[in-house]
Amino acid sequence: MIDTNDPLVRFIGVQKSYDGEILVVKDFNLDIARGEFLTMLGPSGSGKTTCLMMLAGFEPTTHGDIMLDGKPINNVAPHKRGIGMVFQNYALFPHMSVAENLAFPLEVRGMGKAETEEKVNRALDMVQLGGFGHRRPAQLSGGQQQRVAVARALVFDPQLVLMDEPLGALDKQLREQMQYEIKHIHERLGVTVVYVTHDQSEALTMSNRIAVFEDGIVQQLAAPADLYEKPDNAFVAQFIGENNRLNGIVKEISDDTATVELDSGDMVTAVRINVSQVGERSTLSLRPERVQVNADSTDFNNIFDATVRELIYLGDHIRTRVNVCGNDEFIIKVPNSSNVAHMSEGETIKIGWKTNDCRALDFYEGL
Amino acid sequence: MNKILKFSTFAAVAALIGGMTSAAMADALTIVSWGGAYTHSQVEAYHKPYTKMTGTKINSEDYSGGLAEVRAQVEAGNVTWDLLDVELSDAVRGCDEGILETIDASMLPAAPDGTPATDDFIDGALTDCAVATIVWSTVYAYDTTKFPAGGPKSMADFFDTSKFPGKRGLRKGAKPNLEFALIADGVKAADIYDVLSTSAGVDRAFAVLDKIKDDVIWWEAGAQPPQMLADGEVVMATAYNGRIFNAQVAENKPFEIVWDGQILDLDLWVIPKGSKNKAAALDFIKYSTDTQRLADQAKYISYGPARKSSSGMIGNHATAGIAMLPHMPTAPENMKTAILNDFEWWADHADEMNERFAAWLAK
Amino acid sequence: MAVTATTPTADDIMLDASGMPLKQALAIAERNKRRKALIMALPLLAFILVSFIFPIIQMLFRSIDNPAIHDNIPNLSREIQDWDERAIPDEALFAILADDLRAAGKLKNQGKVATRLNYDITGSRSMITQTARKLKKKTEGPYKDWFIGLNEKWGEMRTWVALKKASQKYTASFYLNSIDMRYSETGKIVAQPEERQIYLTLFWRTFYISIAITLICVFLAYPISFLMATLPVRTSNMLMILVLLPFWTSLLVRTTSWIVLLQTQGTLNDLMVYFGFIDDENRIQMIYNMTGTIVAMSHILLPFMVLPLYSVMKTIPPSYMRAARSLGANQAYAFYKIYLPLTIPGVAAGSILVFILSVGYYITPALVGGRTGQLISNFIAFHMQKSLNWGLAAALGGVLLAAILLIYLAYNRIIGIDKMKMG
Repeated sequence: MIDTNDPLVRFIGVQKSYDGEILVVKDFNLDIARGEFLTMLGPSGSGKTTCLMMLAGFEPTTHGDIMLDGKPINNVAPHKRGIGMVFQNYALFPHMSVAENLAFPLEVRGMGKAETEEKVNRALDMVQLGGFGHRRPAQLSGGQQQRVAVARALVFDPQLVLMDEPLGALDKQLREQMQYEIKHIHERLGVTVVYVTHDQSEALTMSNRIAVFEDGIVQQLAAPADLYEKPDNAFVAQFIGENNRLNGIVKEISDDTATVELDSGDMVTAVRINVSQVGERSTLSLRPERVQVNADSTDFNNIFDATVRELIYLGDHIRTRVNVCGNDEFIIKVPNSSNVAHMSEGETIKIGWKTNDCRALDFYEGL
Repeated sequence: MNKILKFSTFAAVAALIGGMTSAAMADALTIVSWGGAYTHSQVEAYHKPYTKMTGTKINSEDYSGGLAEVRAQVEAGNVTWDLLDVELSDAVRGCDEGILETIDASMLPAAPDGTPATDDFIDGALTDCAVATIVWSTVYAYDTTKFPAGGPKSMADFFDTSKFPGKRGLRKGAKPNLEFALIADGVKAADIYDVLSTSAGVDRAFAVLDKIKDDVIWWEAGAQPPQMLADGEVVMATAYNGRIFNAQVAENKPFEIVWDGQILDLDLWVIPKGSKNKAAALDFIKYSTDTQRLADQAKYISYGPARKSSSGMIGNHATAGIAMLPHMPTAPENMKTAILNDFEWWADHADEMNERFAAWLAK
Repeated sequence: MAVTATTPTADDIMLDASGMPLKQALAIAERNKRRKALIMALPLLAFILVSFIFPIIQMLFRSIDNPAIHDNIPNLSREIQDWDERAIPDEALFAILADDLRAAGKLKNQGKVATRLNYDITGSRSMITQTARKLKKKTEGPYKDWFIGLNEKWGEMRTWVALKKASQKYTASFYLNSIDMRYSETGKIVAQPEERQIYLTLFWRTFYISIAITLICVFLAYPISFLMATLPVRTSNMLMILVLLPFWTSLLVRTTSWIVLLQTQGTLNDLMVYFGFIDDENRIQMIYNMTGTIVAMSHILLPFMVLPLYSVMKTIPPSYMRAARSLGANQAYAFYKIYLPLTIPGVAAGSILVFILSVGYYITPALVGGRTGQLISNFIAFHMQKSLNWGLAAALGGVLLAAILLIYLAYNRIIGIDKMKMG
């Protein structure tokens, strides 16, 4: 489905500074394929929205080129780029009816009345709002406004649609529902979507690929599963999903594994990802669901004693906080199945994980 | 509506009675005048010696002319002003309207030589409700630096922009521009108001004003014309003679007064009807309009005393030390072509003339 | 999406916990709320009533109230109403007038009669006061020939027609006067002679100067408000201070500064002469005329336009314009279709504020208006303070009030007051 040989959008060495002192976007390179749903994910201030605004044409690049469909668009005015956009607070024109909002981009393009009406109705049907055309945006619920915003960004058949945290203002349930709807619309129309969010579960649900931003740099660009399973560095591991961290010093290194002596003195073997030499500090990353309680040494090569600190019942699993290898915040997700023995706080248990599930990454300095 | 009015009248009367009982004995007088150098001259010549003699304190307040405030006070039944310095036309009008107390002129002190007050005051200085203190005049003045070859000499020169080019300053109002216009057009001083009483005469006056209409900057407050002259906005302007004198003496401005066709007017004491201190106010009028007091005032400002007997006693300016007499509108030198403002005529015609003047201005 | 409303039938009226019908319980709760709100609004209502509504009613009453002649020569005022206006009245009416005037003279009230009649017939003031003075000595008739001998105006029809009209308790003549009309000598309503027509001209001038000031304010305030709404807070605060500066300076100081700047020997003219745009003889008259009034008042009223505009623009997120741009509209089209309509409430609020304020302004035009920059308010002030014709001042005010109400209603019809926003 995705052909990366003929990208629709290319960022080439893009830099952006607002004040001439600090680079908000340091060196941004990205190819976005036709029909792709690409998400820019990152904490606020990481530069993701700035990249989106440069693509839309609302911010000039300080350095570097942005190509759309093979042509540089640095000097193309926003209204000539033909890019649909969905804004954080929808930006529906409050003085126009829903139908007028949708007709706006068509009128600008000089489309005839009949054709405009037909396209507007089709777009409203697409977002299940047929019959709402005469209403004012203020008379719609948040979810309905969101759909109108999506329909408006699509009604003039742009090849590229940008979405800037479009679901941020919705409550959780509605947000999840809208995620699926947007995903389905994307699949049905085959339009290219660049989506900005700070919500990782949203990114994981919807995207073909995710670019994780931090500090003006793309930390990793990968499909959702890879991002979660195979984070390239400690930031991505920490930012995507829940993560246990163990800090230590690399003692031994081979082609694909590394042995790390933790600050507590325990030795752990992990997959070597982002460490280069013996003696450097490393952070080990370990997903909570990959840790086995009452593990035995035949299946698991890393086994330690852990003291249960806290048990939180969450229905499908029990979130268990333990102290292991000097880390008091170590989380284990214990499936709520009948064969799991009952645990109680203060109890000492044996836990273990496989070398393949534990990744030796660069040292993570954050909290 | 009538009920409301009756109620407010009742309330006002009640307030008045309450006020009267508390202020039966006057220990302070509120005297209202025009402010600036003029009020200063009154304070020095009248207020201070009066307070020293009687112990009655005097609150001096400023206003900008007109009877609106007096009328409001009288109608509300809450009169806080005891004595007021007004122009002649307002004295007459206020008397007509019944908002001023009548003053019996025979109670005024006689001149030092025994001449009764009614004979000692100049003509027109005593009316039913008012006693004049000073004679002032509207003259025109020019900036001598603007006419090195010799300035204008007559009222006709003022209206002759080809002989004396430049902007003119004139008071925004019919009075006394109509008189000036007719004087400039050759009408004799004695005939001015007869001519003005005919509609052809009024047309004639406006026709003369038409000649300089585009060259006029209009002023309203007395402080404006000397300022306009000083700024160079106008080369000559009609003005109150005291204001020009002040600019000449206090500010050393190169201004020259042309006395030809000056129009004399009076300032008078009046008492608002219902004043709580009427007796004290009358006493103050008696004191301040005697021969000596009127002559004293002329030490501070170049306005002529309203009593004939005071003229001989005019001395030098209190601070500048120059002889005041030549600067008085009443000085014989200056009086040759002077005319006295005819308040009767103006009381009859002010409304029509002002309307006509405004309509003329707007066109 | 249609929702079918369920109307309660007799069987299922909702009851509250104590068994009271729910609607009734709600009504009681609401009533208490309303009562509280009323009590809280009461001081302001009372204040407005005393300081605003009541004076306006009194002013309107004064514009038709006409007691001067009616109350002071009451018998004549009553009897003259039966006079047929065909010929000079007979001896009987002259005798009544003589008695009335003599009585009024004793009470010093003849001046009021004289002043009032003088509004309608110039010169009749001295006729009345002179007659009243002479009547002290003449105690018995016949009067008719004596009156006419004293002053020939007593033998003129127009004097008596005017006296009849002016002696009615209520009169329309102040209102007629305020729109350049009058009662003719035969009692018909006719236009004033041309050389006395002034007020209609002034009303028109007041309105078009006010409209000009409003337009200038919109024109000046729109870009600056836009800047303030979009710039960073620090910069926009600086701008706001600059805009508000006129607010903090005394009106007189500001007006005087305009005089210094604009007068023919002033800074602006000096600069233009210095740079050779004009020569020294042809300095431009920019003050003491309509230009002066418009410039100074636009400056003074500008904040009243900027503040509502700014507060409305502040609430328009930049994403609207961006959305329009992304949808294909160029800058101008996006502004015209999106930004402008959204700021209309602010423009509307600012405009009506500036317009109404300028219609009533009087100090500034008095100082810098010169000959052609005078507004109707200057004449209202003139009749209040100088001519003491409060009836005419009230009538002018009444006409102004009615005109503004009409404009306000038309404005409401076109733009909608509910759409206005002060922010």
